[in-house]
Amino acid sequence: MPLSIEPAPHASCFSAHDRPTWELYSTCVHCGLCLQQCPTYRVLGTEMESPRGRIYQVMLADEGRLPIGDAFVTHIDRCLGCLACQTACPSGVPYGHIVERARAQIEQRYHRPWLASWVRHFVYAGLLGDYKKLARWARRLRWYQHSWLARAVRASGLLKLFGLAPMEALAPQVSQAFSFEDFGAMFPARGERRGRVALLAGCVGSVAFDPLNRATIRVLQANGLEVIMPEGQGCCGALHAHAGRREEARTLARNNIRAFEQWSCDAIVTNAAGCGSAMKDYVDLLAGSSEDSETAASAQEFVKKVRDVTEYLAELGVRPPAHPLALRATYQDPCHLAHAQRIRSAPRELLRAAGVELVEMQHPDYCCGSAGVYNVVEVELAGQILEEKMDDVAATSVNLLVTANTGCMLQLRSGVARRGLPMQVKHVIEVLDEAY
Amino acid sequence: MLFASSIVRQLRKIAGRDAVLSAREDLMLYEYDGGVQRALPQAVVFPQTTEQVARIVKLAGKEGVPIVPRGAGTGLSGGAIARKGGIILGFSRMNKILEVDVGNQRAIVQPGVVNLDLSHAVAKHGLYFAPDPSSQKACTIGGNVAENSGGPHTLAYGVTVNHVTGLEVVLPDGRVVQFGGKPAESPGYDLTGFFVGSEGTLGIATAITVKLMRLPESVATLLAIFDSIDAAAQTVVALTSEGVTAAALELLDGWTLRTVEEAMHAGYPMDSGAVLLIELEGMREAVDDQKAAVIAVCNRLAREVRVAKDESERQRLWAGRKNAFGAVGRISPSYYVQDGVIPRTRVPDTLRRIEEIAKKYSLTIGNIFHAGDGNLHPLILFDSRDPAQMERTLAAGKEILAYCISVGGSITGEHGVGMEKSEILPLMFTPSDLDVMQRLHDVFNPACLLNPQKIFPMARSCRETNAAAHPAAGLAFTQGGPA
Repeated sequence: MPLSIEPAPHASCFSAHDRPTWELYSTCVHCGLCLQQCPTYRVLGTEMESPRGRIYQVMLADEGRLPIGDAFVTHIDRCLGCLACQTACPSGVPYGHIVERARAQIEQRYHRPWLASWVRHFVYAGLLGDYKKLARWARRLRWYQHSWLARAVRASGLLKLFGLAPMEALAPQVSQAFSFEDFGAMFPARGERRGRVALLAGCVGSVAFDPLNRATIRVLQANGLEVIMPEGQGCCGALHAHAGRREEARTLARNNIRAFEQWSCDAIVTNAAGCGSAMKDYVDLLAGSSEDSETAASAQEFVKKVRDVTEYLAELGVRPPAHPLALRATYQDPCHLAHAQRIRSAPRELLRAAGVELVEMQHPDYCCGSAGVYNVVEVELAGQILEEKMDDVAATSVNLLVTANTGCMLQLRSGVARRGLPMQVKHVIEVLDEAY
Repeated sequence: MLFASSIVRQLRKIAGRDAVLSAREDLMLYEYDGGVQRALPQAVVFPQTTEQVARIVKLAGKEGVPIVPRGAGTGLSGGAIARKGGIILGFSRMNKILEVDVGNQRAIVQPGVVNLDLSHAVAKHGLYFAPDPSSQKACTIGGNVAENSGGPHTLAYGVTVNHVTGLEVVLPDGRVVQFGGKPAESPGYDLTGFFVGSEGTLGIATAITVKLMRLPESVATLLAIFDSIDAAAQTVVALTSEGVTAAALELLDGWTLRTVEEAMHAGYPMDSGAVLLIELEGMREAVDDQKAAVIAVCNRLAREVRVAKDESERQRLWAGRKNAFGAVGRISPSYYVQDGVIPRTRVPDTLRRIEEIAKKYSLTIGNIFHAGDGNLHPLILFDSRDPAQMERTLAAGKEILAYCISVGGSITGEHGVGMEKSEILPLMFTPSDLDVMQRLHDVFNPACLLNPQKIFPMARSCRETNAAAHPAAGLAFTQGGPA
């Protein structure tokens, strides 16, 4: 989108490091076909909160016409990163890459209030970067969730007073066991052996979705796959990359590439759409860094093997389950599966294989508002986006809502609870697991 | 230049705090639309009711400030650009379908309703809204009314004006008037017809009564593949002169179809010289007969004719066509879409002329157009960082339009005149023709505050009122600059 009304008289507001370049943003021809696909545009109705408008702001900043100030940061922050605009875009604009780089510039050039900075540092560099620390804090949270304290705090209305009630409602229920404990373990294939896969357990996945990880292992085993959980694996770095903390994301990416290299396997599998899309993007992520010429080749190898679990099972041909379920369900496309990885039919195929009758909702690929930590940071907007989603969900009148990403599950569960719908929220793999 | 804070305050009072933008960093996001023009407004307001629109218009009149309505900003002629500054009325929050009258096949909608959303909303009744511009998943019906938009199916069903029977309009003095209604015909002057296509220069439509068409019983979509563009062009003439009425008849030349195919995987063969995308609609038996006739005509010159087997193949073929402009963005940083009309019998020689013009200016020009009604969309590629190339692009565009006029055509089929073509309007009309239009304009918009400097050439535009309507008159400004 190079035509602005003024020539560019000023220096760019961006640094050279992780810069959203003219080559990236000039692919946008500002046709506007993305507008209605954007959740924030649908709710707020302004250009600043649209994909085309965000790209224009990036261009303005690069031309030195718009400072990296509060306005720029607000609008770039508000993007959910759902990438529905990439699906809609006829010009093939790499919107995700543009916005992640814009956020990297914000990290370099904008000072957030100290509390926000501290929380971001604690979460991204502390918890998600260090699984020992994550386990320690997860145990504390589990203790809190099961203690009299949680009940007392809720009853006291303190959370409401500090505006923390929605956050508490969204916090995942910490699992009884953590997946870390199985790192290094190998789970044998059942029936005729069809290959070997390495599973990424995930950060939130390990502490809040351990039962899902176990179900994933069982389903893979039942499909004749040997499953390993490589030791030394860590967080995929998706949240860091989305937040513009690309150096931290790179460290995590290098770590995972090293950890998974130790094992020969046919595929690197994840049950979280967000992790899968981030890992498939490791080549682009590491291309930006000079110290990664060596890693580049291994990154290519790594990326070639990354598969969403639904994608891999559909590719392989899922074994017919022993106890097909006679259920009606609706399926919510996770954005990072449908838009980022263009996987739509695989999860539906698996559900049908499990005996589920699919009742499609309107706009199954509209974002639910979860978007990583978005629902915690942008509580109100995420809530409005969720309302739109729950209207479509409720209209199907089924009592099983299935998706394929952990973040979406948390958000959809809070949506179901808020409306008091008689509905369960499950992962595709959990449904399939029940049928085996 | 930013507005005096008193105007912003009053706008906030009318529409609400969060419905007014006045900071420079926000306004810059309203300096563009889908085309190539740019101009900065001084405020953007998002009204939610007709009454708010009327009050805003009245305020603008009192302060002598221009008003520019804007739907989704997908237009290509600069219709939604605040050329003289002033207030942009953004309709993204007036997007309700007010009434669906299934029995009478009418709907009443607010101007911000997205074109395709209306069709989706009434599909359960077996109905749809026929005008189908390529931007239909984003563009608004208000914008369609302003530009009198067309689309591929214009060939069979006509443009927007043929599908609007009534309007609620806010006049520049703040009065709210009704034109037409649900009946197809209303007594007296056809003000509805006059208003549609007026590009926001006569009044602001706040409720639009549209016709809904019944979804056809049967649809057949064909792709005729040719080795040369000439053969495709000849076939267009043959098809239309031999009494086959297609619902849509689209042509893509070799360069364009390859670009589109790479982006969209629509199923166009990469090695062909041109394709025709043909759609037939109606009763099953009639469609079958027509299909046989079309295939017979195409086979004279076509390499192959394919018929879409199912809905998903049909959708794929159309996705290629509808996303074509954007697909060009993959290979060129900028492009200029022309919108000319020629008699369809002149398609072959016009295409040859465009090829000559491309050579003359050393430019790449792709051709994609509604061949059935002779509405051309030459796509001229350029790099805006190269001013010389940009100049050649504009010159080539002008030469194509001059040729369109010389063969008895027109300078715009559906994108509107806007800013883009106002200076060449006199090529189409005599001074007397223009005078009549100007006098009609002045009856509605005497102070020239509604979408000023659009349609008419600058020398003519609001001659008497230019001085009075200039934003410098009667306004105190605060200094502009990033806040």
